[in-house]
Amino acid sequence: MTKTFLGFPTTFRGNASGVSYAPPGVGQLRGDERFPRAARTALANGQLRRNLGAATATIRAKRAAVVSELPDWEQLRDAGAAIKADVMARLPELLTQLETNVIAHGGQVHWARDAAEANRIVVDLVRATGATEVVKVKSMVTQEIGLNEALEAAGIAPTETDLAELIVQLGHDRPSHILVPAIHRNRAEIRDIFAREMSDAPADLTDDPRHLAMTARAHLRRKFLAATVGVSGANFAIAETGTLAVVESEGNGRMCLTLPQTLITVMGIEKVLPTWRDLEVFLQLLPRSSTGERMNPYTSMWTGVTPGDGPQHFHLVLLDNGRTAALSDDVGRAALHCIRCSACLNVCPIYERTGGVAYGSVYPGPIGAILSPQLTGMGGHHDPNASLPFASTLCGACYEVCPVKIDIPSILVHLRNRAVDQSRGRPGGQLMAMKFVGWVMRSPRRFALAERLTRVGRLLAVRGRIRALPWPGSAWTISRDLPAPPAKTFREWWLEERGHNSHDSHDGSDR
Amino acid sequence: MTARDDVLARIEAALAGSPPAGAIPRDYRVGGAGDAGSRDVVDLFVDRLLDYKARVHHTPPADIATTLRAVLQLATSVVAPPGLPSEWLDACSADGRSVLVDGTPVTLAATDLDACSAVVTGCRVAIAETGTIVLDGGPEQGRRALSLVPDHHVIVVRADQIVASVPESLPYLRPSSPLTFISGPSATSDIEFQRVEGVHGPRVLDVVVVQTDAAPPPPARRKARPR
Repeated sequence: MTKTFLGFPTTFRGNASGVSYAPPGVGQLRGDERFPRAARTALANGQLRRNLGAATATIRAKRAAVVSELPDWEQLRDAGAAIKADVMARLPELLTQLETNVIAHGGQVHWARDAAEANRIVVDLVRATGATEVVKVKSMVTQEIGLNEALEAAGIAPTETDLAELIVQLGHDRPSHILVPAIHRNRAEIRDIFAREMSDAPADLTDDPRHLAMTARAHLRRKFLAATVGVSGANFAIAETGTLAVVESEGNGRMCLTLPQTLITVMGIEKVLPTWRDLEVFLQLLPRSSTGERMNPYTSMWTGVTPGDGPQHFHLVLLDNGRTAALSDDVGRAALHCIRCSACLNVCPIYERTGGVAYGSVYPGPIGAILSPQLTGMGGHHDPNASLPFASTLCGACYEVCPVKIDIPSILVHLRNRAVDQSRGRPGGQLMAMKFVGWVMRSPRRFALAERLTRVGRLLAVRGRIRALPWPGSAWTISRDLPAPPAKTFREWWLEERGHNSHDSHDGSDR
Repeated sequence: MTARDDVLARIEAALAGSPPAGAIPRDYRVGGAGDAGSRDVVDLFVDRLLDYKARVHHTPPADIATTLRAVLQLATSVVAPPGLPSEWLDACSADGRSVLVDGTPVTLAATDLDACSAVVTGCRVAIAETGTIVLDGGPEQGRRALSLVPDHHVIVVRADQIVASVPESLPYLRPSSPLTFISGPSATSDIEFQRVEGVHGPRVLDVVVVQTDAAPPPPARRKARPR
């Protein structure tokens, strides 16, 4: 049957379509500026562009090498895409099955409508243990909901234990990549952050990556050994067995999942997989797409509580926070298939130049451009997230590398439609400009006059390019430049070359 | 309305009228380089481990203890899971090393584990294509913390435990066991996407590959290289 998306309300709850978006004011799903303006700040930072260019080139080559090793890569992608589509179609059944199995193995399951509710649940659980510190495994979802800020507000100190997260936390910085949140920092900058912020950093700290990693190891070891509460996300959750999986590299994940007495895992509802067997697909797709390795160094799996081994109290928090809103768009819902590998970021010509912070949300790059606006809704032209679907050249590289074949370019176009439809009927700059251009182009005489007038633009050009125009032209030049108009229009050139031999055209048919 | 009911109702509403998903195509490979423990599979496994900068040692079953002694030469204290075979345990305690066996008489604290220089375990299954070793908490492996906190992990892998591919490995595992998939020593790519071995997990990983009937002795270039 056909299905129509019913509307794009600007409030996030109790609206006409009944869709519940992620609430504003909590967590990090939306920036303060529209993408073009935020990108301009990033583009002016030469160091950032060099760091990003070098890092993305490295990871692209690694991924390509390990993907080409598997003759059945396309079959694995097809299976991954089909499993995820099946998950979305059967989500209520799979979530309740997961819940039943986690409880059967001694875990507890909590449900959260949104970020604020999830934060409340986690804070209460930590408080109940009496702990004032928690160790955290890198997790996108806890960043999405702003859990660290909520814990700090409750007097609980969260320590990020992933190296890149630690760099971001110590640098009072914002994450800019799904996999490597400190991708925008080079080794020299990281050395300076450690030397400045770590009281136990060695005096002779160098910028050798190995030395920096060893310093992080020493810094965190005592925290791991003393930790009583660990907080994690989840890469996968198996409905038929109740098994949770976390994929990582450094061993900080194993520390947080194994040593504390209490483990709290926050998971988006879309992360569930139906069967144990499905892991044979995703354990091949994820590492090769993500870090460009045949397998990541460590993957931990646990089911509820194992007596005598690891945390004896396990809590699973299942989070909506706008996911059901994304699910209600039958084109856009494929964004929920994402397994957070970040391959699409690394190949994106836009991401490579602007970095992740310009996207405002913790989910940057092509996947962020389709995920964030669907989780928060697009609240009209001035909403920063309404600008994200336009942050793309639609080149399609993201679709080529996506391990679960999310058709990101098509969803971008679909969301552009939604964003434009939402503002339709209201007077807007773009609409008026289009109407004016249409009026000019309807008449050859007006068009010829306009052509001659563009010559004024030559005064604004520097070395053949125009980089800044006065309003309303600034709407264009804020994120693009344009070539200086030629000294002579085509019509003038034609007249000179062919002179009066050219027969008079249909000029003068002004309607 | 509870949050649970609310979220489930939202999902139902979002999916209303959507068609059921299609069948899942599973025409990807299940097998790989060969049978478990065959020479091709063992060779591939070793190649992957060396790529991760793990150290690999080959030994016939009769010489496991000798190999362990050589591998543990620099260790002063060793953690052992409760079910480690007695010959392996003897190798751990040889050359004046102290041995802490978890659970006898007491469960070791994390700080005890941190004070030990090495840990010796077996494994449940290994995957050649990805150079992965899986621990499931069995008697030769012990609790997850044992193989995590000491800085040097020695894993004994029987050749017939090595399967070719990821799909072949999963049927050997019981999902309700605590599972750890290990592919090389701990590592990070967080600084400029350059891989650096050795962060929070064991920085040194020694893998002792035990030849079994299914696996003929490897060629000379794969001979054990004890440090």
